Amino acid sequence: MGAQIRVYRQKIASTTSTRKIFKAMELIATSRIGKARTRVAAALPYANAITRAVSAVSSQSEIDHPLTTERGEVRRAAVLVLTSDRGLAGSYSASALKQAEGLFETLRSEGKDVKAYLIGRKAQSYFDFRGRGYEKVWTGNTDAPEFETAREVGAALLSSFLEDYEDGGVEEIHVVYTKFRSMVVQEPSVMRLLPLEVVDEQVTQEGDLLPLYEYEPEPEQVLDALLPRYIESRIFAAMLQAAASELAARQRAMKSAGDNATELIKKYTRLRNTARQAEITQELSEIVAGADALNAS
Amino acid sequence: MATHGELEVEIVAADHFVWSGAARTVNARTANGQIGILPGHAPILAILEAGELSVEPVNGERLVVGVDGGFFSVDSNRVVIVADNARVGGSVTPESA
Repeated sequence: MGAQIRVYRQKIASTTSTRKIFKAMELIATSRIGKARTRVAAALPYANAITRAVSAVSSQSEIDHPLTTERGEVRRAAVLVLTSDRGLAGSYSASALKQAEGLFETLRSEGKDVKAYLIGRKAQSYFDFRGRGYEKVWTGNTDAPEFETAREVGAALLSSFLEDYEDGGVEEIHVVYTKFRSMVVQEPSVMRLLPLEVVDEQVTQEGDLLPLYEYEPEPEQVLDALLPRYIESRIFAAMLQAAASELAARQRAMKSAGDNATELIKKYTRLRNTARQAEITQELSEIVAGADALNAS
Repeated sequence: MATHGELEVEIVAADHFVWSGAARTVNARTANGQIGILPGHAPILAILEAGELSVEPVNGERLVVGVDGGFFSVDSNRVVIVADNARVGGSVTPESA
């Protein structure tokens, strides 16, 4: 009987200490999430300006730019997968990877080879564990991405895109990331990065026509300079969204883990009290029984 | 919209907003050389060279912004300067970029 009480006490103590960790993680995620959302908002003016400019150039001048033209036959595609570095974020990385698996499946069924580019240690270990190859991986700061990383990723993807198929180049680039809809809704989604589909939501919303720009130097060179920046900005935006999603997912996971720990502590406390009470009752009845036996004799 | 005879300037960097306000002129360096933008300039989309650009605001002192490449667009007195890295009051050196 005494042993049982001790077991419950141990369980209560260990659950209390893990709950402390959950609470701390939840608080950290909550405090960082605001910053992450501010960064998403801060990158917006740049993304808007560059989107507007790219759509202006590509809609007005009939240029055959390698980055905007569809290739007739796509034989190899690159997929960039954004996950987190650390766990304890619920199903965040798992659902991004599931989305990626779905995309791989679709691409393979269309007869395309897939080259994987990864961001985040979770994706890396997922691929390593399954013994699957990947081209390149970036890890280290998925919850606070830097523009430099986006630039590196953009450069790597672009150089692979500009290579010929025979030399191992790709003809399509997709990005799998987790879109931050709100604090409670984050959805894994896929966007095609290259060939470009210029998203002109912003422009059509404003309802005004794009002015007839003059270009300096030539439109081709302007597009040459703009497109890599546009890609970097799209990748960076995806990274920022993914970071905000990661923090939101972590906050939610840690909150429910903390709540569950509280529930468990409550349950074990009850069980411990019952066990203690049972012990007391048993001792009492033993004493009473002993006294009765003595009196009877 | 800026009142007539003023430029509405907006400077943004990749990950943050830099400056915005009304200005009289904007001087920048493009691939083809120096360009000065006054109110009423024709729409233009140009590539910026690394270096400094200066903005003469309607109120206050001349503003010098160091950029390390980017582009800018002008249409109907609205100037949007998009830089990879921008810093007010100095030049962006490669190591700080």
